[in-house]
Amino acid sequence: MSLFSLLSLAIAAILSENFVLVKFLGICPFLGVSKKMDTALGMGMAVTFVMGLASLCTWAVNTFLLIPLGLDGFLQTVAFILVIAALVQVVEMFLKKAMPSLYTALGIYLPLITTNCAVLGVALLNTQNSYGALMSTAYGIFGGLGFTLAIVLFASVRERLEFSDYPKAFEGFPIALVTAGLLAMAFMGFSGLSIG
Amino acid sequence: MSTILFTIAVLGGLGLVFGLLLALASTVFAVQEDPRKELLNEVMPGANCGACGFAGCSAYADAVIAGTTVIGACTVGGQEVAQKMAAIMGVADTGAMVRQVAFVRCSGSGSNRQLYQYEGIQDCLAASRLAAGGSLACSYGCLAFGTCVNVCDFGALRVKDGHAVVDMDKCAGCLKCVNICPRHLITVVPYGSEIHVQCYSKAKGAQTRVTCENGCIACGLCAKNCPAGAITIKDNLASVDYDKCTSCGTCIEKCPQHIIRRASEIHEDSAPFLLPE
Repeated sequence: MSLFSLLSLAIAAILSENFVLVKFLGICPFLGVSKKMDTALGMGMAVTFVMGLASLCTWAVNTFLLIPLGLDGFLQTVAFILVIAALVQVVEMFLKKAMPSLYTALGIYLPLITTNCAVLGVALLNTQNSYGALMSTAYGIFGGLGFTLAIVLFASVRERLEFSDYPKAFEGFPIALVTAGLLAMAFMGFSGLSIG
Repeated sequence: MSTILFTIAVLGGLGLVFGLLLALASTVFAVQEDPRKELLNEVMPGANCGACGFAGCSAYADAVIAGTTVIGACTVGGQEVAQKMAAIMGVADTGAMVRQVAFVRCSGSGSNRQLYQYEGIQDCLAASRLAAGGSLACSYGCLAFGTCVNVCDFGALRVKDGHAVVDMDKCAGCLKCVNICPRHLITVVPYGSEIHVQCYSKAKGAQTRVTCENGCIACGLCAKNCPAGAITIKDNLASVDYDKCTSCGTCIEKCPQHIIRRASEIHEDSAPFLLPE
């Protein structure tokens, strides 16, 4: 694996195949925690961390447990969910201890990373593309960075929306969904972008 | 067969390993919490109704420990819980707390006077969004679809004779009905208060006469005759100051519209109201 393939993986995961805006994974926290820039950034970092770690752990579980036993055909999803759930719990405990302010800011959305399909998505995509340990972890981290980019962009737009004029009927989620759609269309512009 | 066994073993094993890891992590990352918080949570009703002004019982406990609020804001728990909380926090009793209960300021006497026939969703919030804020001729009266009844966690409200009635004994004072009523008809009164003006019509007397049989026309007889000076007329509506009211009942006798009533009467009567001449 060269530096070159790592770079092309980064571009794919962050821009042209962005988890949120192109693959439409992890929409719940994307809409839920995007009212403020700093919580959005915190959420993005937490998701990036969990995605990277989950990629590595699920790769290990898949390679050393499921494939040798011939269970990788059907047990992946269940086993990966188990891994992710445990990881998120640990991250939650860690945050509660180390960064209580971020912990309260993230609120219910932190345990909900468990059911964030971007995390499960990256784990399953890793096995589909038969990435190795390093490549899997890299894909997880880049995917998380792509999520962070999307949610921070979205949050910055939503912060400005607070002060702008739009029909009253669009207040709250409707305008957020319109914004998300426009953002997704903007990211369509990256499609086809690749190196090599 | 071996596949099934492997599956069970792998999942079970993974679960066990992660369980042990989590148990380990929970001791490593244990956060010291104020032990009083748990004690406070135990004595509180746990209804998470939000009447205290906080997001829930736990949030209120946090605020009490932080000292940013007073003991006794829990209306559901009332005096009993306030005393227990005071004991846990090691402070003196908070003293007598007057329990506040909800009261619906409408007698439903105008419920047969409708501007149009409403056949939409049987809900006050929906009905109040239509022309004239609902089909009722009186723009202040109870729409009687029972949105407040549905929102009440304590079963203290019911709808009868075209208006909602609060059971003072069951009411916990959580204010959910007060906040949801689209006509802002529901207010709070001290528990056990006797004299009530069962009308919220701020329209002029002549207008109120058209829309309701018993509405307050702001004639002022109650205010003039009250020996304690407890009744005032404001915005074409009589209101009782419960700090002054002695429950003598003079206003009830004087009221030509029979809209000032005793609590017992409001609670029990299903007989037709006395009609003014």
